[in-house]
Amino acid sequence: MNAPEVVKHQPGPPLWLLAELTYRCPLHCVFCYNPVDFAHAPDELCTDDWLRVLREARAAGSVQCGFSGGEPLLRDDLEVLVAEAHKLGFYTNLLTSGVGLTDARARALKDAGLDHIQLSFQDSTRELNDFLSHTRTFELKQKVAATINDHGWPMVMNCVIHRLNIDYIDRIIDMAVELGAEYLELANSQYYSWAMLNRDQLLPSREQIERAERVTNERRQHYGERIRIFFVVPDYHETRPKKCMNGWGNVFLTITPDGTALPCHTARMLPGLAFPNVRDLDVRSIWFDSEGFNRYRGKGWMKAPCRSCPEQEKDLGGCRCQAFMLTGDPAAADPVCDKSPAHHKVVEAVVRAERGEVAVVAKPLVFRGPEESRRRLAGLAGMK
Amino acid sequence: MSDTSAIGATATPRVSKRFRLQWEEAQQAWVLLYPEGMVKLNQSAGEILRRCDGVSSVAEVVADLEQAFATAGLEADVVAFLELARKQQWIDM
Repeated sequence: MNAPEVVKHQPGPPLWLLAELTYRCPLHCVFCYNPVDFAHAPDELCTDDWLRVLREARAAGSVQCGFSGGEPLLRDDLEVLVAEAHKLGFYTNLLTSGVGLTDARARALKDAGLDHIQLSFQDSTRELNDFLSHTRTFELKQKVAATINDHGWPMVMNCVIHRLNIDYIDRIIDMAVELGAEYLELANSQYYSWAMLNRDQLLPSREQIERAERVTNERRQHYGERIRIFFVVPDYHETRPKKCMNGWGNVFLTITPDGTALPCHTARMLPGLAFPNVRDLDVRSIWFDSEGFNRYRGKGWMKAPCRSCPEQEKDLGGCRCQAFMLTGDPAAADPVCDKSPAHHKVVEAVVRAERGEVAVVAKPLVFRGPEESRRRLAGLAGMK
Repeated sequence: MSDTSAIGATATPRVSKRFRLQWEEAQQAWVLLYPEGMVKLNQSAGEILRRCDGVSSVAEVVADLEQAFATAGLEADVVAFLELARKQQWIDM
């Protein structure tokens, strides 16, 4: 007789490698998903470490490589890393605020084989842009957009949408077209890290979202094939969660500046789970064998109501970080789901947004920055 | 904007500059890469697209495939796929 066999979920390769080269950033965005305690982060990986990570990831089957941060242009070895990634056969993407992308660097990156640049914008109105990012970068981004076009890169613009800019969405779209963007991603803010600190001020009302979707559809019709617009709906207003990262440890591998390997940008917040570091372990072992990547893979970890839910394949229980932040249990159902016993926490946040109870004046926005990060670390230490 | 006329035997399709076609060892498949995305191709789609070099005509692509896979009568299938590929903007004519 055959012994009962534990059927192990056999994952595919880590198709998407996100190299977060640094947490340093000239911007101070209130919706940043970098960890709130980033100031505490140990040393950044050196050039040789990153070159090794690129080779190991490619050998394990990674094909898309995103260079991100922080602001990746703050690493002066970016061109070296892009060149190696290109040589290895990666499709190389640079995710940047554009600060630091001079014409000379753009040329060097082009020579290194960079395939694509995603340029992030905070808003189309300079005042709000500067308010939200805390720096005067708007004119610079216009210049950078021109540089991107001049070098023949396809340009994806990304704009994080939230309560304070969602009503200007028509102008954001018009500006993207004017700047020559081929794709525009209007990504509603997701509430992690700095955005979570500012959630009550950033969460839009349902009416605002409906209007923004309507306006986006009108603009799509108006511009036709000139630009492709993706509107990413905020999940707080939904009744089913998103399939986070297309499944835990399914396609997505993030390496943080200090070399920690994560199944998503924010997974480090989860308690009781040690994530491996590329300084200690090779990418293939990290991806296939480590506890950090296997814990929430597939469906074996699920509790009620996910465990018996007919839709479990569709969303795989949603986001583990959101479950942890709102319920304290990373294996709970994502409370965005209306089958979750904690769904009321999401509903309450939306209700507060509907009432417009939280004025920016009453509760100031927390701007991302190293000093604020250290202050928060000190506060946490004080509580212990 | 996209051309909807039938694809003739003398047309010379090429993979669009918006995409990069490459063989992926780990997936044992041809893939089309584009900003932050990937299309995994099945074997026939991969074999057709890798021959779309902007020089070879559709007739030559068909003949080459028929020879490589020791078969005949592929033209209708190849043209049907190329029409789909053009609609997806994977190829330019």
